[in-house]
Amino acid sequence: MKHRTFFWFFLPTGLAMLLFIALPIVSVVTQSLFTPHEAVLVTVETCTPFKCTQETTIDQDATAAIREAEPLGRFVGLSIYFDRGHLAIAEVSEAWQTRASFGDFFNKLNNLPFYRAMGFTLAFTFIVTPLVILMGLVIALAVNTVHARLKGVVIFFSLLPFVITPLIGALVLFWMIDSRGILGTALQWMAGDPSLSLKASTGLMWISLMIYGVWHAAPFAFVIFYAGLQTLPMDQIEAAQIDGASRFQRLRYVIVPHLMPLVTFVALIQLMDNFRVFEPIVGFNASAHASSLSWAIFNDLGGETQQLSSAAATSVITIIGVAILLSPVLVRTWRDYKGKV
Amino acid sequence: MSSPANKMPVALRFASTVFVIAWLLMAAFPFIWTFWGSFKVELDFFSISDWTNAITGERTKETHGSAFTGAGYHGAWVEEGFLRNVINTFIVCFFVVCTSLTFGTLGGYALSRSGFRYTFWLLIAALIFRAMPPITLVAGYMLPFFQWNLWGILPTTIIVLVAINQPFTLWMLHSFFQNIPKELDESAKVDGCTQFQAFRHVIIPVMWPGVITTGLFSFLLAYNDFAVTSMLLSEGNRTMVPQIAAFLGTTQTEGNIMFAVAAVVSATAPLFVLVMFFQRQIVSGLTAGAVKG
Repeated sequence: MKHRTFFWFFLPTGLAMLLFIALPIVSVVTQSLFTPHEAVLVTVETCTPFKCTQETTIDQDATAAIREAEPLGRFVGLSIYFDRGHLAIAEVSEAWQTRASFGDFFNKLNNLPFYRAMGFTLAFTFIVTPLVILMGLVIALAVNTVHARLKGVVIFFSLLPFVITPLIGALVLFWMIDSRGILGTALQWMAGDPSLSLKASTGLMWISLMIYGVWHAAPFAFVIFYAGLQTLPMDQIEAAQIDGASRFQRLRYVIVPHLMPLVTFVALIQLMDNFRVFEPIVGFNASAHASSLSWAIFNDLGGETQQLSSAAATSVITIIGVAILLSPVLVRTWRDYKGKV
Repeated sequence: MSSPANKMPVALRFASTVFVIAWLLMAAFPFIWTFWGSFKVELDFFSISDWTNAITGERTKETHGSAFTGAGYHGAWVEEGFLRNVINTFIVCFFVVCTSLTFGTLGGYALSRSGFRYTFWLLIAALIFRAMPPITLVAGYMLPFFQWNLWGILPTTIIVLVAINQPFTLWMLHSFFQNIPKELDESAKVDGCTQFQAFRHVIIPVMWPGVITTGLFSFLLAYNDFAVTSMLLSEGNRTMVPQIAAFLGTTQTEGNIMFAVAAVVSATAPLFVLVMFFQRQIVSGLTAGAVKG
C-alpha cells in the first residue's frame, strides 16, 4: 500500500486518537505544572475620627479577571508532585527519620492519600490477576467436562459477570454483602457476630473488593482458556498417557504448557485492567477503607471544588505506572518484531 | 475421549460437576436476587430483622398489599425520568458504534495491508493508549472543554468515547483483516480497482463477521463506561450509569435506593438480551485477540 493511500485510510482514526488521547496527555502534563491563581487580596484602610483600621478582603473582580485571563493558573513547576497530596517528599522523609520500626513507617505512609491509593491499586492488581488466571483455568477445565448440550447454557451464565457494567456488577454484589443483605447476614451468622459489617472493617472491604475483581474478570480468562482447550494436541496427551503420566501430570506437563501463551495474554490484559480499578470503590462506597489511583483522580475532578491540577498530577503518575507495567511487554514485542524483519 | 483409560474417576467427575454448579450460582445468583428484590420495599430487600423477608416480602405486603410492588420502577422511570437517561445511553451507544466502526475498519484495513515499519509503531502506540485508564485523560479534557463550551453535551462524550475506543477497535479489526487473504484485494487491483475500490467492493462484503464482533465490544465499552460519562455529561444529559450513581448519592430518603435497584435491573436487561443473541460473537471476539497474542 502506498504511503499516500495509507495516510488517507488512517486519517480518521489517527486524528481521533491524536486529538482525544495524545493531546489530552500533553494537556494533563501541562496542567499538572500549574496551580490556580490565589485570590487577589486588597487591603483597605478605613479611618474613623478615632482610629484607622486595616481590612484585608478578597478582590472578587480582580480574582475573576486574572483567572479568566490565565485559566491554567500560575506556573509552579513540579511542586504539586511533591506536595502532601501526591509524593509527599517532606512527610515521607520525616516519617523515615522518626520511624520507630518499619511497621510504623508504613503506617505513616498509609496515612498519606497518594501512598494509600498506590498501595491498594498495587495490592489489587497483583492479587486479583493471578487469582483470575487460576479461577479461569479451573472453570475452563471443569466446563470442558460438561455434557456438550449444556455447554451453551453454562457459557451464557458464565459470561454475565464479565459483560455487566462494572458499576452495576459492583452494586449488585455490594447490596448482597452489605450487613443487611443476604450474604452479609450469612457472614454474621457464621462468625456469630451480629455487629460484623463490611463498612466497619478495612480488611473485609479489601477482601470483598478483590472478590468482586475475580468475579468480574474470571469469565474472560475462562473463555480464553476454554478456547485454548479446544485446540489441545491430542497425540501429545495420548503419548503422555502411554508413558504412564497421571491425570495431574498430563495437566501439569502437557495442558498448561500448551495454554502458556494464553496465560501471558490474559495476564497482560488483566494487569492493565486491574491497575485502573475504580468502579468497585464507587459501587462499594469503599472510599473510607480503600482508594485507588483512578479513584483519587475521580475524587479530585468531582465535588464542589474541581482540583484539576491535583488530578492532573495523579494522572501523570498513573500513566508512568502504566508505562512501567507495560514495559516488559513492549520490549518483548519489539524483540519479536526485530526477529521477524 | 471415549476409551476407558480416559474415563474420569467418579470422585473427580463429582467434584468438577459441583464446581461448575457452584460457579454458575456465583455468576447468576446475584442477578436473580437483585431482580427479585427490585419488586420489594427497601426494608425487605435490606432486611435488618429477618433475611427471609427479602424472599417473602413481609413489609412489602404491609405497605402495598401484595408481595410484589413496582414502586421502585415507578419511582425511577416516572418520578425521576429514567427514560431520558435510557434514550441518552442509546444515542451515545449508536453513534459511538457507528463512528468507531467506520474509523476502525478504514484504519485497521490500512494497518493490515501496509508492510511499512510505521504500522508497527502505530500499533504499539495504540497498545499504550489502550493501557491507559480513561480517567487519566479526563483531567486533560476538562479545561479545554469548559473553555470552548463543549462540556456537558452528548456529541462531545460520543467523540471522546470513540477515540478511547479506537486503540482496541484497531487491534481487533487489524487481526480480523489479517485473516482475509491479501490475494483478494490484490487481484481486484490487478483488474484495475484503486485501493479504495478494492476495499469497497471486495473487502467490505466479506468483513462483516469481524465488524459485528468488534461492534459488540464497542457497544459494551460505551454502554458500560462510567468514568467518562460521569465527568463529561451535565445533569440533564446523563446516561444510565452515572444516573444510577446519582440515585445512590441522594439516598437520604427511603425509596431512593430502590430506585437505584430498579434502574440497575433495567440497565442489566439489554445486556442479557445481547449476550443471549450474540454469545458466539462475544466468545469469538474475546479469543480473536488471544490467538494472535
